[in-house]
Amino acid sequence: MARHYLDFEKPVLELAARIEDLRAAQERGESVAEKDLAGEIARLEVRLARVNRLLYRHLTPVQKVQVARHPERPQGSDYIEALVEDFVPLEGDRRFGADKALVGGVGRWMGKFPCVILANDKGKDTNGRLARNFGMPKPEGYRKAQRLMQMAEKFKLPVVTLVDTPGAYPGIDAEERGQSEAIAGCLETLLQLDVPVVSVITGEGGSGGALALAVADKVVMLEHSVYSVISPEGCAAILWKEANKETIPLAAEALKLTAQDLLGLKIIDAIVKEPVGGAHNDAQLAMARVGERVAAEVAHVRQAKGGAQARRERFLALGA
Amino acid sequence: MSWLTDLVRPSIKTAKKRELKADVWEKCPACNGLIYEDDLKVTLFTCTHCGHHLRWNVDARLAHLLDKGFTEIEVKLPADDPLKFKDRKKYADRLKEARKATNHPDAFRVVSGKVLGQPVTVVALDFDFMAGSMSRGVGAAIATAAQHALAHKQPLLAITASGGARMQESTLSLMQMARTTAAIVALKEAGLPYIVLLTDPTTGGVTASFAMQGDVHIAEPGALIGFAGPRVIEQTIRQTLPEGFQKAEYLLEHGMVDMVTPRFAQRDTLQRLLAHLTAHAA
Ligand SMILES: [Zn+2]
Repeated sequence: MARHYLDFEKPVLELAARIEDLRAAQERGESVAEKDLAGEIARLEVRLARVNRLLYRHLTPVQKVQVARHPERPQGSDYIEALVEDFVPLEGDRRFGADKALVGGVGRWMGKFPCVILANDKGKDTNGRLARNFGMPKPEGYRKAQRLMQMAEKFKLPVVTLVDTPGAYPGIDAEERGQSEAIAGCLETLLQLDVPVVSVITGEGGSGGALALAVADKVVMLEHSVYSVISPEGCAAILWKEANKETIPLAAEALKLTAQDLLGLKIIDAIVKEPVGGAHNDAQLAMARVGERVAAEVAHVRQAKGGAQARRERFLALGA
Repeated sequence: MSWLTDLVRPSIKTAKKRELKADVWEKCPACNGLIYEDDLKVTLFTCTHCGHHLRWNVDARLAHLLDKGFTEIEVKLPADDPLKFKDRKKYADRLKEARKATNHPDAFRVVSGKVLGQPVTVVALDFDFMAGSMSRGVGAAIATAAQHALAHKQPLLAITASGGARMQESTLSLMQMARTTAAIVALKEAGLPYIVLLTDPTTGGVTASFAMQGDVHIAEPGALIGFAGPRVIEQTIRQTLPEGFQKAEYLLEHGMVDMVTPRFAQRDTLQRLLAHLTAHAA
């Protein structure tokens, strides 16, 4: 399947296309202008890596938003597949329904320790995205999350959350069933757990719908992920009165939504470096790094034995 | 898209009624009837024609709800404008204007007093200050109020009116949802009652945190209460919203609030609740 390229990735696209052409020629045994095909391919690959490195070293905030939303960025179910051994998915809020925008279950993190996992998933193709509601949970998703958080406390399992959502779903049915109360309930539940809670913002940390899973002892972000109170589009529409090509980058800049900004503001604890060219360029490597980091953070939190009290103090101090 | 502007009180249209002095009459946003301003004071800012609850100044509300002699609790505020935020206007300037207009440092009041003899700590949001949006200052107010209630073994009453997050404080504003929850959780664990009075409008991050964590939720008639603003929802689902959607009565029907209580009855209801819930307090 052809890779999806972002607008600013045009130089990468061109190089990749050229390499692909040469490879095809090599396979067909054709002769082309370049005499040393293998050497030329190797040279282009080096250049591709360099271009990727340079591009991704200087991403603007609005470009990071694009990377964070990249359709090939690893999703919650990819992380679970790659990192969780013997995963058993658990579904349902026991009140109304199921919610595939928020995957939950139990498993052994990298084979090391059992835990409860809560992860957003946006889906990969049209059908998957529709089934997962583009990663926007409804109240039943947040109530399932509360149920699994309480289960974690009962069986003394740490909670690992992987956050990647545009936000909680804004719809009639969601309001009808108390979207606000469902999110408020997650915040309350997370602040009552004595077991370790570690959160990773893997893509988009969209407002209250993201925070509902990220009231953690340690909050980690992937290098090019974003986390903010409103999308740059929404912010531009309200504060600049119009969301367009000029105002959206301004809003993205002003919102200080990058991992680097948020580390500086002490809202998050650490950044996990992404592979050259972003997590979508080498999903396995990106996920492996997240896996190691989470394991280390869970171990730290477990050792600190702070429980709910320490987590409360952390958030009570935020903005004080 | 700017659903926030929907929430701002419509200006009083007096041009057509030139014979009436603009400062003596107010037009009811629900029935368009003209209400004599002196009557509004008597009716607690409810319409004399249709009973609609108009938006009401937070200080007037507190003066009505609380017995005479309540005291203000000091809230330690963080330094302004941590992100040096600037949209078409500087956040620093917006703050300056709001402070001048309201004569208060941020969108809250924290007081300690009594409702018909029942002691209570009250934190109220001020919609006139940047739409009651949740700044770090507002977060501090909720936390301070909860801690004051805890220290004095008093119930806490939160009176909400908010458009949601203070966008100019971005993710720091978002964090106030967790911060206020942490304060409320500690209060609730101590066995102290926490009552929320939801007024028009209460939306966004305020609804999705401390406004929906009460032991008891009282909503004012006709108040808009929800997570997402109506305009955002309409744009997402491209459907017209049903009649009465996200109104207090709709929330009652869907189990999100305990009661819809008119202003006239709120003091009595609060007094009874506070008395019952603190009957066995040590
Ligand atoms: Zn009226």
